This record gives sequence, C-alpha cells and structure tokens, in this order.
Amino acid sequence: MMTTELGAPPVLAEGVTKRYGDRTALADVSLEAPGGSVLALLGPNGAGKTTLIRVLTTLIRPDAGRAVVAGHDVVTDAQAVRRAIGLVGQHEATDEYLTGRENLTLVGRLLRLGRAELAERVDTTLEAFQLADVANQLAGTYSGGMRRRLDVAVTLLTRPRVVFLDEPTTGLDPASRRQLWLLIDDLAAGGTSILLSTQYLDEADRLANSVAVLDHGRLVETGTPDELKARLQGDSLHIRVADVEDVGAGAEVLAGVGEITEVDRGQGSVDVRVPNGAGLLPDALRRLDREGLVVTGAEIRRPGLDDVLFALTGDGAPGTEDGNGAPAKSKTRKFAFHGRG
Amino acid sequence: MTAITHARATAGSAIRDSFVLAWRNYKHNVRVPSLIVLSLMMPVIFLVLFRYLIGGPIVIPGVSYVDFLVPGLIVQAIAFGATQTGVGLAEDVRRGITDRFRSLPISRSAVPAGRAVVDTVRNALVGIIVLGVGVVVGFRPDADAAYILAAIGIAMAFGYAFSWVAAYLGVTLKNVESVHDAGFIWVIPLTFASSAIVPVESMPTAAQWFADLNPVTSVADATRALMLGDPAGTAVIQSVLWIAALLVVFVPLAVRAYQRR
Repeated sequence: MMTTELGAPPVLAEGVTKRYGDRTALADVSLEAPGGSVLALLGPNGAGKTTLIRVLTTLIRPDAGRAVVAGHDVVTDAQAVRRAIGLVGQHEATDEYLTGRENLTLVGRLLRLGRAELAERVDTTLEAFQLADVANQLAGTYSGGMRRRLDVAVTLLTRPRVVFLDEPTTGLDPASRRQLWLLIDDLAAGGTSILLSTQYLDEADRLANSVAVLDHGRLVETGTPDELKARLQGDSLHIRVADVEDVGAGAEVLAGVGEITEVDRGQGSVDVRVPNGAGLLPDALRRLDREGLVVTGAEIRRPGLDDVLFALTGDGAPGTEDGNGAPAKSKTRKFAFHGRG
Repeated sequence: MTAITHARATAGSAIRDSFVLAWRNYKHNVRVPSLIVLSLMMPVIFLVLFRYLIGGPIVIPGVSYVDFLVPGLIVQAIAFGATQTGVGLAEDVRRGITDRFRSLPISRSAVPAGRAVVDTVRNALVGIIVLGVGVVVGFRPDADAAYILAAIGIAMAFGYAFSWVAAYLGVTLKNVESVHDAGFIWVIPLTFASSAIVPVESMPTAAQWFADLNPVTSVADATRALMLGDPAGTAVIQSVLWIAALLVVFVPLAVRAYQRR
C-alpha cells in the first residue's frame, strides 16, 4: 500500500467509536493534529482520553471510524504506525528488575539499533535525562520522578516522529512536573508531534498549541488554549467561613458579588465566579464582615477543568444549592471525578 | 520470491525478538532468586515426603519406589515451573510494560515466547537439581547418559508446551493472584492424577480413566522408562504427539489473547 507520509497530519481520527458492552467509551470522535504541534486532550477521568490514545497507538481497535497516525492506518498498517510512534502510558512501563541502562538497551535491541549506535544513544539519553548517575541501579530503586523520566527516555530513545503521553504528570511532584514540561517543550521545538492527555487546564494551556476537550466519550470542543480561555472570562473566589453553619448565609451575601458556583457544606466553603478576582475580593470580604460572618480563608482561583466543561457543555457544574440545601450537583460530579477510574 | 524472503525475515525477526525478551526474563531469574528457589522447594519437599514419610507402604512390582518416584517428580516440578510463564505475563499486563511492548514494531509472539524459553531453561536446571537430590536419597538411574539427557529433554519440551498453556491462562485471566491460583488448580490434579507419583493401576477406576488420557502420564512414563532403561518407545511417541498438539493449539491462542490485551 502506498501512503504518502510527507504532509500527512501526524494524527487524524475520523468518527472513531469504541464501545465496551453498553458503555460507549468513544462516540464519533474526529480530530486532526497539525504537524509539529502539541495537541492536548483535556477531560476528566472516564472522558475517553486513554481509550483514544490506545486506539491511536494500535493497542485497541476502534469499533467504527478510522484513524491514521504518521500517514498509516492504525488497523490495517499497525506495524508501520508502531515504527513511527512512541508511547508513554499512564502506568509504569519500565522493568523494575532491570537497571536504567538495561531498560533502554532492551527497547533499543528490539528496535534493531546497531550495537555501536545503541551504546552511544543509550549514553546520551541517560545523560540528557539526568539518569547517568543511577544508570546501573535497578529501576525498582528509583524515585517516582526518576522512573517517569526513565519511562519517557525509553520512549524517546528511537526518536519517534509522533509521541503520545497519557497523563504524563499525574502523580508527579511539582519539580518533576516542571521538568517534564520543559522536556515536552524541547521535544516540540525539535519538530516532534506530540499528543498528550491531561486533566489540568493549566497544563494544556502551558504546553499545547491546540486543545481537544473530551467529555463522556465525546469531543465537545477543539481550539487553541486562548480560544478556550476566552470562553472562561473571570476567576473564581473560594471563601471559607469559620462556622460551617454560616455557609448558607455566606452564599447569600456572596451572591451579590458574582455567580455562586459551588457551596460545600462539609468544608464550609463557597465558590463565586467573578469577572475580576483581585478587584472584587476586598468587596466580598467587606460584605461578609458587615454580616458578622468570620472568614478563615479566601483565595482567587483560576478557572479549572470543571469550569471549562461547564462553559462548553453547561452540564453538571454550578453548585447553586437547591431548596433543601443538599449539596449541589457539582459536588456529586466532583466526587465522580475522583472516584472513577 | 519476495513472499518467501519476507516470510523468512519475519520468522528470523520473531526469533530474534524472542531472544532479546528472553534476555530480560533471564535477568529477572538472576535478580529474583526466589523464582528458582521456590520452584525447587516443592519438588525437594515432595521428594523427602514421599521417599521417607508417605511412600513406605507403596510397593510397585519390579521397581523400588524411589526409582519410580524421582522421574515423576521431575516432570511434576517442570509442570509447576511452567505455570510461572502465565504469572509473569499477568504481572507484565498489570504493570503497563505490556502496553509498551505492544506499541513497538516487534513480532506478536515475542513476549510470551521470550518468557516460555527462559522458564524452560530454568525448568531444565530445576529438573537436573531434582535428579541430583534424587540420587542422594537413593535414586539409581539405569541408562546411558544419552538416555538420561533424552529423558530430561522430553520433560523440558513438555514444560515448554505447558508454558504456552500457562501463557494463555495468564493473559486471559485478569489478575496475577488468580493466575497464580489457577496455576495450582489445574496442575495439581493433572500431576497427581497421573503416573507421576503413583502407578495408574493403583487408582480407582474413574481416576484410572482420567490418568490414562492425561498427557502427564505419557511424559512421566517416557521420562521414567528412559532413565530406568526400560522400553520407552510408546510413551515417547505419545509424549511427542501430546507436546505437538499442545503447541499447535495453545501457541496461536496465547499469541492472539496477548494481542487483544
């Protein structure tokens, strides 16, 4: 089969659908990543990000639709796709009983790198990922951040043209997270096309040229991070009162400042969406003070994934309490975020 | 012509990939000595148990019980050792390294084959050690070295085939513990309801019927006959047919199941 690889987009999905029994993991997802770019798949747990990455990396077959990666169909030409891609999956993919060097060597051998070339590349890779000092220690003895670095190093050893990273920073400490961001920057600057998934809006904003938002297996929006943020004017004020009994009264007062998005009775906190957090925070505090409500915490929060999804789908979010004062809908959803695998 | 070249290249790279992955599994065996120690413990304990505690009343016409027992225990140890192939694969699946391997342009059979090869080599080592311990407790083989090697070879080949059965179970069943348990659940009846430990004639009729059909019986009979210098032809042929049949069925099943993971 002749496929023109030059000029083909690194990732192209058309109507990709995947079902598991009754559950639709992906429903008719179509997207295209331009060459040399970073595309972020943004969505909560269970949105279908991992399923889409597994389809694109030939690990599972779509039930309908087709996907072309690096110019090759993921179903009919899977081996050619595998030669062009690298995958950093969600789960640890290094071997704990091999040393860092051996982990790299194993994959290099499987990909038929010549002996001299392999040895040289393993050395430069260990160096580049700051693993040279621990190269001869078992990967099982590495810290979480080091293992993640090794994971990425193994993936990049063979210089794939398209790199997939499934929630690469989940579970990393802030320093390791930053380190990985810089690495992704470098990689993109070198011309590698990257598709990564994340639950964090700030991460997508920081890294990606374009963002595809997934929710419940559907693609709800694609655009640049700026376009996405333009739909999310303003910030959120997160205010905590000393007495959780006061939370209802607090919400009433704060409704005069902006739109209440969440009332948490357990924590005694209220979230208010306002156009300008820094400007309106003093006003909010003054109003609460006037009503004799004691505030123990106040912060300005930048919009998060919840807000994106709410802005795009109008589904689930604003936690304006219902008449009974039961925790609002967004509480349940928030719970679902943490609860679902 | 290109098709033949291609097929040859494919077979060549499948073997090469398997050996690269075998190197990985070999490292595991060196670095996790419990793999080999545990697979030795059971046969050695059984050997002492049956030789000195349980085997006393067992009388088999024409052969001392220790001579009967040791070849059977070698086969049983190898069958148990082979279940490790499934446990190892299930562990890989749990860890996420399977996704890495499956996203690489390597032969589809390489990962299970790499494990099966190393587990078979470890099995051979275990078989030889059990043989050595057997000699210490009184086992006296009565055949040329070539026959004893052939006996070990048949047991090993059987272990290799069993590794593929275990590989299939390992990737079909989801979690490591159930793979581990399932290993015991199918290997215990297979090895005890066979001629490995006691003669089939001593069993109740229903068990005899099962034991006669059991591939472990053929392999235990072949191994024993070769080691004791008895006529081994029929048992050897039966064993070879069993080994071939298991491979023909379970290699494709395991490879397919692994691809679907």
